[in-house]
Amino acid sequence: MFIDPNTPVEMLEMRKELLGLNDPVILQYFKWLLNLLQGQLGYSFSSYAPVTTIIGERLGPTLLLASASLIFGLLIAIPVGILSAVKQNTKFDYIMTGLSFIGTSIPQFFLGLGLIYICAVQFKLFPTGGMMTLGGPGDFWDRLRHMVLPVFVLGIVIAGKKVRYVRAGMLDVLKMDYLRTANSKGLHPFHVINKHALRNALIPIITVVAMEIPLLLGGSILIEQIFQWPGIGQLTIQSILSRDYPILMGLNLVAALIVLSTNLLTDLLYAAADPRIQYT
Amino acid sequence: MALSPYELKEGPVSAEFLADKALPETEDTGLKQLLSRFIRHKLAIAGLVITMLLILTALLAPWIAPHDPKEVTGVFSAPPSAEHWLGTDQVGRDVVSRLIYATQISLIVGFVTVALYVTAGTLIGIVSAYFGGWVDMVIMRITDMFMAFPFLMVILVVISVLGSNMTTIILVLALFSWPGVARLVRGSVLAIKQLDYVHAGVALGLSTPRILFQHILPNAIGPIIVNATFGVASAIMSEAGLSFLGMGVQPPTASWGNMLTDAQSLTVLTDQPWLWVPPGAMILVTVLSINFVGDGLRDALDTRQ
Repeated sequence: MFIDPNTPVEMLEMRKELLGLNDPVILQYFKWLLNLLQGQLGYSFSSYAPVTTIIGERLGPTLLLASASLIFGLLIAIPVGILSAVKQNTKFDYIMTGLSFIGTSIPQFFLGLGLIYICAVQFKLFPTGGMMTLGGPGDFWDRLRHMVLPVFVLGIVIAGKKVRYVRAGMLDVLKMDYLRTANSKGLHPFHVINKHALRNALIPIITVVAMEIPLLLGGSILIEQIFQWPGIGQLTIQSILSRDYPILMGLNLVAALIVLSTNLLTDLLYAAADPRIQYT
Repeated sequence: MALSPYELKEGPVSAEFLADKALPETEDTGLKQLLSRFIRHKLAIAGLVITMLLILTALLAPWIAPHDPKEVTGVFSAPPSAEHWLGTDQVGRDVVSRLIYATQISLIVGFVTVALYVTAGTLIGIVSAYFGGWVDMVIMRITDMFMAFPFLMVILVVISVLGSNMTTIILVLALFSWPGVARLVRGSVLAIKQLDYVHAGVALGLSTPRILFQHILPNAIGPIIVNATFGVASAIMSEAGLSFLGMGVQPPTASWGNMLTDAQSLTVLTDQPWLWVPPGAMILVTVLSINFVGDGLRDALDTRQ
């Protein structure tokens, strides 16, 4: 917190007492928990607005960015992974495996900066940042244009990781006897791959996708910072810089809730996709 | 037990001797097999060579860096020239020298972090799996707690409280990375624990630490090594990300991440690419090489193939 050095000590003390900063940390924590039970996350140190309101405003953009990136990543990973497995050890397979390595090894912020440099500065294809043009109409196409670069950066990393899982899952399934049966029955290869093989190959992918959620939320911090995206990642950085602890506590709570609820959702989806799994 | 050649001549060849003699040989061929499988993996070899070069660069930094990385040696933001191969940064420091010294930071963070959390995670995982019951329950709930938070977010917050320097980064990264290893080790140990040879060890009355570390751990080591290799790459990446955000290694100490921080300003991004492209490329090359090594190790250690 930044305080005017001329503020009298008594006033500071009064303020600290009022904010409860003189209590022992444990007591402060239990007060926080007690407030949490009533749906209160306290007030921001810097703007005095309720933490729930501030986080609520920022949650939408992050969820939009994260889900769009996840979908984009999977839309690349699943077809490429299938093709790589079907055409195992061909040039296509090697190139895609190599690209997936680069995708997982490139720092997101470096890729983001590079894309801003090439696509936004040199060719002026997309805006350099923000969620919509300031003072502009803010319509669907405007927002979409602002989403392209951040979604691409976050999505490409997901795709890089998932391609290998899809490929490995598919390779395992392709060895199975029932696929040889399907092939020898004279079914069209397209049908065999997409109907018979894909379903079983995708079951393990569900778990792997859920593991991606915490990484996605973490990655969005860097991406939101680079692309000036007004989500919870940018809020995290701002709150750290202004030492706004109530907001940081709230942010971590919300992030953990998102992670845990996606874990639960995965378990349920897993059971739905694979009838052999039952939770008792 | 070691048999000296003198003992050999005297007694008759015992079964014990044969068993002892047979063991190192199989281990040897196992290692050879592993090596040959690894060597066939061309990308892994390339990755290993580059990693070695990077380690050499870090060790020899004071001798190969043309300038002092913290000293102002030229004009501000000068483009690449014969004197400064990659130009100078915004305060006039030599970019090449800073890149070379930053190698030290990245590799130290990568290897020390992994050494810390892999050791801790392995110990905790073994204890959790071998003893089971409430010990296992408590440890697994603790890993659940650690794993419920998005990695980068919680690390940023903890570092912002503790203050950012290399030591805290290493400790905090390790603190939030061990649960993954612990779970991995726990899984392998749970499977190995059921094998007959472990029961035989228990029946023979071997001490618990001996069973754990001499008999179970060597059979669970493969996935741990692979995980550790990928861990080095991701620790380097995390440090770069933290330093990029200004929450990592602090200037004037050079780190690839904090060298990229300046590129957040549009003038640097557009007019001075020599300031941000090289450190980014270094991170990419380093992480890529280590990941290739990890992939080669995974293929070499995977007995299913």
